[in-house]
Amino acid sequence: MGTALFALFLLAAILGPYIAPYGSNEQIVADARQAPSAAHWFGVDHLGRDVFSRVLLGARDIFSLAGTGTLIAVAIGTSLGLLSGYRGGWFDELLMRFFDSLLALPALLLALLLLGTLGTSRQSVLLVIIVVYIPIVARVVRSVVLSVKTRAYIDAARIQGESSARILFREILPAVLPALAVEAALRFSYAIFLASSLGFLGVGVQPPSPDWGLMVNEARDTLSQTPWAMYFPAAAISVVVMSVNLMADGLKRALQVGIVI
Amino acid sequence: MSEPLLNVEDLEVAYKVNGGEQDVLRDIQLSIEPGQTVGLVGESGSGKSTLALTVMRQLAANAQVRRGKIDFAGRDLLGLAGEELRAVWGRELSFVPQNPTTALNPAMRVGEQLAEALRLYGASAGESSAQATELLKQIRIAEPDRVAHSYPHQLSGGMQQRVMIALALSGQPRLLVLDEPTTALDVTTEAAVLDLLQEAVSQRNASMLYVTHNLGVVATISDRVVVLYAGELAEEAPTEQLFRKPLHPYTRGLLDAVPRLGQHKDQRPLQAIPGQVPRLEDFPNACVFAPRCPLAIERCWNERPTLDAPTPDRRVRCHRWPEIAADRVSAHREEAQPIRTKTQRVQPVLKVEGLNVSYPVSRSLLQPPASLQAVRDIDLVANSAQTIGVVGESGSGKSSLARAVIGLVERDSGNVELLGLHLPPRLGARTREMLSHLQMVFQNPDEALNPALTVGESLTRPLVRLRGLSAAQARQQVLGLMAAVRLPEDYARRFPGQLSGGEKQRVAIARAFASQPELLLADEPVSALDVSVQANILNLLAELQVEQQTALVLISHDIASVGYLADQIAVMYLGEFMQTGAAENIFDPPYHPYTEALLSSVPPPDPFVEQKRIRLEGELPSAIDPPTGCPFHTRCPRFLGDICVQQTPPWRETRDGKRIFCHIPEDELVRIQEPVLRFEESNS
Repeated sequence: MGTALFALFLLAAILGPYIAPYGSNEQIVADARQAPSAAHWFGVDHLGRDVFSRVLLGARDIFSLAGTGTLIAVAIGTSLGLLSGYRGGWFDELLMRFFDSLLALPALLLALLLLGTLGTSRQSVLLVIIVVYIPIVARVVRSVVLSVKTRAYIDAARIQGESSARILFREILPAVLPALAVEAALRFSYAIFLASSLGFLGVGVQPPSPDWGLMVNEARDTLSQTPWAMYFPAAAISVVVMSVNLMADGLKRALQVGIVI
Repeated sequence: MSEPLLNVEDLEVAYKVNGGEQDVLRDIQLSIEPGQTVGLVGESGSGKSTLALTVMRQLAANAQVRRGKIDFAGRDLLGLAGEELRAVWGRELSFVPQNPTTALNPAMRVGEQLAEALRLYGASAGESSAQATELLKQIRIAEPDRVAHSYPHQLSGGMQQRVMIALALSGQPRLLVLDEPTTALDVTTEAAVLDLLQEAVSQRNASMLYVTHNLGVVATISDRVVVLYAGELAEEAPTEQLFRKPLHPYTRGLLDAVPRLGQHKDQRPLQAIPGQVPRLEDFPNACVFAPRCPLAIERCWNERPTLDAPTPDRRVRCHRWPEIAADRVSAHREEAQPIRTKTQRVQPVLKVEGLNVSYPVSRSLLQPPASLQAVRDIDLVANSAQTIGVVGESGSGKSSLARAVIGLVERDSGNVELLGLHLPPRLGARTREMLSHLQMVFQNPDEALNPALTVGESLTRPLVRLRGLSAAQARQQVLGLMAAVRLPEDYARRFPGQLSGGEKQRVAIARAFASQPELLLADEPVSALDVSVQANILNLLAELQVEQQTALVLISHDIASVGYLADQIAVMYLGEFMQTGAAENIFDPPYHPYTEALLSSVPPPDPFVEQKRIRLEGELPSAIDPPTGCPFHTRCPRFLGDICVQQTPPWRETRDGKRIFCHIPEDELVRIQEPVLRFEESNS
């Protein structure tokens, strides 16, 4: 179910530019404020832009943004989590306390803080996603490492004189993968959420990009006249997030990972 | 014969697994008379726990009783439901599980849990807590008031299990069902719990159905023994008859596979049962044991044996029992040759001097950090082609000793020398040569192999890393290694998840021998395995060791298997050696008082062994604040007085070559100690 929905969105993201009936910023002034109809499935906003096309094209934007962010965060977070869990000692202590302090701030607050310093741009949003999710991924990985590293096969590898790198990536990493796959899927959905929230607050991707959060924000002023301009991007956000969560849930069950979401 | 209390007839139970149904019990007959203890023996997968749970009416939701009848005290137990069952549970039928830690409520004081049960069985609110304390006193808990006011986590495992037994007895049941109640306990605690159970049921004239895989426990506690194999009743007999003359080849196999106290590999080797317990999707129309049976004939493959009664009180399911009974055939496997310990040039391989290992423990914010001294001033020498057995209970520091030698934990002080090379404490500081000379076999085969690597990959690594072979050469060598541990070649492509426990341990042994080590440490190599497989692994270790002239340090809580394999034995308690000496005379006095108690606690798998009864009082002291003087003085049955509390005992050399760490002089020990074990000649 989740996978099917998600596949639909993924398809939309990939094929968006080819199937969208209009350009993202193409203004059809004559049709402005039109309610959903056969010509404009999701209606037209107050500036005369086709909402369906914008939602479609926005999918590509947000997927690439959240996807890249998640990928980098998972890569860095996994490495740090592996190292921290395996090495232990002061390195682990220092890193984890630093991550704790990051996690103590609400994600959105941290994001605003960063964006305030960096200025708002697509790159900044990407960086925010990475910085916010590294500690979370690292913690999940670390907790699995802690339970795996006491197993005898790790001891066996050590007394064979295997290098730390091989122990980390060949012996421990495979055991981490199931939990990591679930975590990555979840992070992806929350990254979409975070990017949209930032767009909505006006500190993320800047107009006139067809960003879903931004679209919701823009349509807020004209809610009484063009409610569809807000409903459809908002629905897109929640359905994508839900579908990814459902997918992660299914993944978790299939992989039998005992982690709490 | 009196009317049986419990009578099980034609019981058949199946589990629903992945849409299909899997039979776990078939045609089970069982009866228990009032006051009788029936031991239910079987390996994992035999269905013994399922049978116990069926009798308790506590089967899992996916289990289904297909057929059969269980009569309990004149009632049809399988027909009871809801309130009727609740009226039976506790009052007439109660259960003691294997793990008391999860069975007791962690948030409730022990006394309250007992009082709650007593109230349920009719005690008034006022008197229930006094009765609870009384019950604890009855099962010989030394400080019943303190225990009653404790939470479960404040008690040791043995004490928790005693509380469970008190709880099970609180409703004055007529039948106790016990599922491996002492398996998780140390031998000295186990012995005390078994004593207690026997006393408690004989006072109450209650019956027991005692489930265990341990033949020693069965021999000690039961009046009759039922042997289950792959969901079928293989044999049932009064205990002495079963041990004296088993009629089923499987029973014979089990008895030959367990090391007796005093049995040694170079006189009478253990005989393993080849193969493993089958998993039965459908029961075959044949004898389930035929694939592993040395006496299997064509008939065994084509026709299922019936459950015959050779004498009124015995039953056996085997086509060939009349021949076995008449001694015309025997299920003894004669082919096993004594394992010769070729004593070529024996040279010291490992020298350990003054080894100390401790772990930091953080107690609470207010207390200063303490340290737990796991190993204290240990000296040890291991010779090539010889085996040193280190015996001790949990918490004795035996695993820490091994881990410090191999470098998995860093020692605090002391010197470890391997073939004259000084071994640095840190594993990372050891050279490839040192690593290759020293290898280890771990306790739990399920964790010893990386589940993500194939057997072949796991075996290739030490060859590449430690012997410097190329990948192609290593692949060739892997086949040789697998042949040495008798695994078929195609196993190289399998993942550990596709192997049985015994097979995994073989792979682990092959991996340890891959670098041709001079010294092998084996930490409880068989304790996670089934009885019939244990013998295999022990023999395999012994053979490879002799072949490769490797020194072996065998660490185990099981004094019988250490005695079987070792040439030298060291007995360890609270981080220190209590006694060292040759394996052949460990069973003869004089002993260290702790060795004496240990020998007296092991339940011998042989009802004909006369065993002196010495029980240890009290609990194992904490290694954070170990006792002064002699570490054993707090529990020593031969405690002398102040000298044991104040002064560290001397090492005394006895005339028969033992070294004993005790204040009592040898002559005095000789005078006061009798042999703990007397072996009556049994005809097995």
